[in-house]
Amino acid sequence: MAEPLLSIDGLAKSFGALRATDDLSLEVETGEIHALIGPNGAGKTTLVSQLSGELTPDAGRILFDGRDITAMPAHERPHIGLVRSFQITSIFPEFSTLENVALAAQSRTGHSFHFFAPVARDRTLNDIARKALADVGLGDQVDRPAHALSHGQQRRLELAMALVLEPRLLLLDEPMAGMGPDESAFVVDVLSKLRGSVTMLLIEHDMDAVFALADRITVLVYGRPIATGTPADIRENPAVREAYLGDEEVA
Amino acid sequence: MPTSFEKPFLIAGLIFLIAFPYIAEAAGNAYFTSTVARILIFAIAAISLDLILGYGGMVSFGHAAYLGIGAYVVAILSFHGYDGSALFGLPGTEYAPIVWPLGVALSAVVALGLGALCLRTSGVYFIMITLAFAQMLFFFFVSLQRYGGDDGLFMFAGRSTMPFIDLDNDTTFYYVCLAFLAGFFILCRAIVASRFGRVLRGIKQNERRMVMLGYPVYRYKLAAFVIAGAGAGLAGVLLANHTKFVSPDILHWTKSGDILIMVILGGIGTLTGPILGSAAFLLLEDYLPVIFGALSMDLLKDHWRIVFGPMLILIVLFARRGLYGMLFRRETDDG
Repeated sequence: MAEPLLSIDGLAKSFGALRATDDLSLEVETGEIHALIGPNGAGKTTLVSQLSGELTPDAGRILFDGRDITAMPAHERPHIGLVRSFQITSIFPEFSTLENVALAAQSRTGHSFHFFAPVARDRTLNDIARKALADVGLGDQVDRPAHALSHGQQRRLELAMALVLEPRLLLLDEPMAGMGPDESAFVVDVLSKLRGSVTMLLIEHDMDAVFALADRITVLVYGRPIATGTPADIRENPAVREAYLGDEEVA
Repeated sequence: MPTSFEKPFLIAGLIFLIAFPYIAEAAGNAYFTSTVARILIFAIAAISLDLILGYGGMVSFGHAAYLGIGAYVVAILSFHGYDGSALFGLPGTEYAPIVWPLGVALSAVVALGLGALCLRTSGVYFIMITLAFAQMLFFFFVSLQRYGGDDGLFMFAGRSTMPFIDLDNDTTFYYVCLAFLAGFFILCRAIVASRFGRVLRGIKQNERRMVMLGYPVYRYKLAAFVIAGAGAGLAGVLLANHTKFVSPDILHWTKSGDILIMVILGGIGTLTGPILGSAAFLLLEDYLPVIFGALSMDLLKDHWRIVFGPMLILIVLFARRGLYGMLFRRETDDG
């Protein structure tokens, strides 16, 4: 097998006495959708925040495409293709839907020290944004202020903003959180279409979505992985059943 | 976003301001021109603050520092030019094409240095540290005994000199101020509508998200801070020329507060609002005592601030986006 796109080696992060990430090692292969599941407080979001550079690990290394990025500033990571989305919707409420995505597109189309040309008439940015919005089913919402969108629409806007950054590895922190079943199924569909072209590390509590999307699953408990394998392996794994799936009915 | 009434209002306002010296003269009150010139100058300072406050979310409580630096550059160089002494081995000068850009540039350099430090903080800490640095500069100028210290410095040589333009003529000087205000306003409008401006507004709304979109937010905030400092420096250059006198009062923290109030009173994040705010603030400050005097309300004449303060508070409380909101916003418009 080729070298993994993301390789985490011995990562550790503590908050006081709490070990949120405890000697965690994990590999994400190029092109796969790798789901990360585990009970609340298992340290899933803490891991994503270390990968995105918002939190600095206490120990360990993060290799992206063979390059050590453990100490790389957060704002540089999207430019090498490491992009995250947020569990709690993080958008620009005063901007229109189109402006939200255009602002994301602007980040990867060169620097933004342009002081004069009006950005609202920037054809390139607007075209990228319109296409991305159409892809997530918000094509008819372009001019609405983002704060006026429904929760599910805002979640999809969040996804569109991540996608226009053209990620190589997309860190998805509960993209379906709070969505109804129809919307959830729609997002699963959007993500399936990206299979192969975008590598994903997916955190999700919706087990239907996880088993529909994931090529491999890692189960995280108390900051360390207890099992990694195909969905079938994970379903059969007694330790996982005990620790996590226990009383849940698995589809 | 500009509303449909804003553009006609701005054009009408510009025509009015161009005609104003003639109106004042016809009314027999030529000194009004000077009053309005002062409004135009403070409008430049208020717009520059609005750029970082209203669009970048940076509440600078030390904006008068840059006003003071611009003003002192003009006055100190004029001082050396007048008495023929040297400053750092160079002669002084009143020549505007040298002095004015220098005043603006030095303000920008100081803004770069202070901004680089202050922008490592945010929120209340940012407000306090900008205030602290501005007060340090205030005491620095108080300590310069050679340039009048506490008492300030008169520009005996008069206003700066400029080729073809006689700045000592009050009407001419008024038009110079108006031209700079118009130019700076147009510049700032272009900036907020540009790629850079959208980044700035994004930072104000959701800084964390901007980082995760790949923006080095510190650099963008610093750039905006420097532009704002340069703008206030320009206002300071004009202010020194307007009064032909500078004193540390120009950069006292209460002056920073005045500029902040002009922005809030006029309407944060509107650029047009700060012009209205500057006019309303300075006119009330000048004429409230006069009005109470004419009404023989002597107590209020002496203590006009008792009325001024609550007026400001009421406007801020009840008019969203200040005077701008009262003039241009409809009820349904909730942007």
